[in-house]
Amino acid sequence: MILWLVAALVVLAALAWGFRFAGQTATGNAPKFRDMSYGVAYGYVLGLAVLAWLVWAYMQGRSEDQAIANKFFFLRIAIEGFVIFAIAAWIFRFFGRTVGTVWSKKMFRSMPLTASFGILTIIIYAIFAIFAAIIAPYGQEQIVPGVAANIIPGGDPALGGDPEFPLGTDQIGRDIMSRLIYGAQNTVGIAFATTVLAFLLGGTLGFLAATLGGWLDQLLSRAVDVLMAIPSLIFALLLMTIASVWAPELGIPLTVFMVVIIAVIDSTRVFRLARAVGQNIVVMDYIEAAKLRGEGLGYLVFKEILPNATAPLLAEFGLRFCFVFLTIAALSFLGVGIQPPLADWGTMVRDLGGFVNFAQFAPMAATAPLLAAGAIALLTVAVNFVVDWMLHKSSGLKE
Amino acid sequence: MGNVLTIILQRLALGLLTLLIVSIVIFIAVNLLPGDFAQSILGQGATPEAVAAIRKDLGLDQSLVTRYFQWLGGILRGDLGTSFAQANFASFTGTDSGATTVAQQIAPRFANTMFLAMITAAIAVPFSIILGILAALYRNTVFDRATNIFTLSSISSPEFFLAYILILFLAVLNPIFPSLSNIFDGMPFGERVEKSMLPALTLTLVVTAHMMRMTRAAIINLLASPYIEMARLKGLSPMRVIVKHALPNALAPIINVIALNLAYLITGVVVVEVVFVYPGIGQLFVDSVKIRDIPVVQACSLIFATAFILLNLTADIMSILSNPRLRHPK
Repeated sequence: MILWLVAALVVLAALAWGFRFAGQTATGNAPKFRDMSYGVAYGYVLGLAVLAWLVWAYMQGRSEDQAIANKFFFLRIAIEGFVIFAIAAWIFRFFGRTVGTVWSKKMFRSMPLTASFGILTIIIYAIFAIFAAIIAPYGQEQIVPGVAANIIPGGDPALGGDPEFPLGTDQIGRDIMSRLIYGAQNTVGIAFATTVLAFLLGGTLGFLAATLGGWLDQLLSRAVDVLMAIPSLIFALLLMTIASVWAPELGIPLTVFMVVIIAVIDSTRVFRLARAVGQNIVVMDYIEAAKLRGEGLGYLVFKEILPNATAPLLAEFGLRFCFVFLTIAALSFLGVGIQPPLADWGTMVRDLGGFVNFAQFAPMAATAPLLAAGAIALLTVAVNFVVDWMLHKSSGLKE
Repeated sequence: MGNVLTIILQRLALGLLTLLIVSIVIFIAVNLLPGDFAQSILGQGATPEAVAAIRKDLGLDQSLVTRYFQWLGGILRGDLGTSFAQANFASFTGTDSGATTVAQQIAPRFANTMFLAMITAAIAVPFSIILGILAALYRNTVFDRATNIFTLSSISSPEFFLAYILILFLAVLNPIFPSLSNIFDGMPFGERVEKSMLPALTLTLVVTAHMMRMTRAAIINLLASPYIEMARLKGLSPMRVIVKHALPNALAPIINVIALNLAYLITGVVVVEVVFVYPGIGQLFVDSVKIRDIPVVQACSLIFATAFILLNLTADIMSILSNPRLRHPK
């Protein structure tokens, strides 16, 4: 395998030289080929080879022979998904450029394809999360009467599937597809609530520390320093252990504890940013003027500082949401996050993960855990693309 | 030089102080637990004498401050306490043998985790630096964009998604590496590396993006400087300009970000070890969290926090050392 790879790279090296030479002679030493370094030529040839391999693999995935088709099934799905998403993003951007107000048209005109893909994906997730009850065929906790448990995903009766349940049922007979759709509501909803809480906490304290300064600033900043010295996932796991003892004692669901714990841990990062941004604003003349007018603390923080700190905080909100979302997913995956019977993607990946090993024989069976994990990945990637674009736009960077 | 030494000593002292405070935080957090451990292991049939005996055994009858200093003293001597799950209570069974200490439990697993981290670093660091240099060399081309999108996607995916994708393609569909990393003591080195390959690759994907983007940004930042212009005007090839002239000056931020990412590895390792059933400290931690084995949870948290703080400290000190203005003060 490795030997083949090395051999292929060596052949490509020869091809790259040939490619440049052919280019030079064919175009009569045009500057593009004359000044082309060997590395660039190699890059072109390598890119072409990868592209050719992808096309070949895609054709294999559509092959008549089931064994070969199974082997390239996931690559095929990935390529199809990539192309479909790219086209959808392009259409969405085109749509945005022609319809809407002058402002929104202008925004769409300067938008890279990745950002429009991100916005489109976020909208789709929002629709799924809000209308989960209407879209999902069954309830998230509903054990469908008369249906066996542990139906294999894929809907192939020969392998123990059922076309009625394309993604199968779980160990007590709940429809996995419905739970996947409800997962948008639970996982994304809880992550969103946690992020909002973290921002309320960290933002308020950060602005207060920036405005008041003095011992309060020192106290809060040092406390945040200590909390940030412990890796967040480890600290969350430690606190969740303790919360899991407290939760039954107090009769509060563990999920509530998790929201609070992660919000507090993540608010430390928000605090840092809010304090830094706030300190830059506090020294402005208009704050001085407001102070001289005799405005109260609340007015200063919410009417003077907050509106001027929106842009960096908004970008931070997107990034923070990703971190919170991933932390919650990781906790759920480890079995201490969102608790059943709530449907949740992280838990689903853990429960269904074993199906990945059937990929060779029943590719559809392996899709269930990958769909849940992919749903998490897709949303964070989408948010990251949008944030990347926003930061790029607001920083005015051109290179 | 004396100036730098003072700064570094200050940082070290600050790091030690942080470590001390973190240990207090962890200790207090654990002791926020309601009820009594002795009560909960004995359950319904707890007689007051039995509870008192176990409390005395575990030292739960002393005050919080005493217990903290005992715990801290124990750690300094390398004694992390006795795992609740493994403890056989001397006063209960009458014998005092065979109890596994937390230190005994953690030591081999810690070595395994360090092994995994080292393999990951050995792959990820050169890979991301080369990728970063190439992206800086061919900036704003298709290659740069593709690398950017790829790394951004891999950093924003959850670790278990990357892990399962790698299992799918490299273990199930093309059986190149084993999907279970059941390594044990006395395993030959080659086999050990092979078995830890998939977790190491997953972690590589997680940390590469940040390092690569930093390398690229650090190099591009320098490209507008006059001496780079000079090197270019001399007629040096773009590759030589970047590797010989830009890279040495960009090393400070790159080393810094490498140390920070190794610190991040410490957290990422937990999920990855669970996916691949890798017998490291992360898995022990998660298992202990599930069964609420407090001494182990406490000890693991402390080890993770220590590693995290030490690596951050290293990053700090490295960036001081690599700053020529601080090394040669006027």
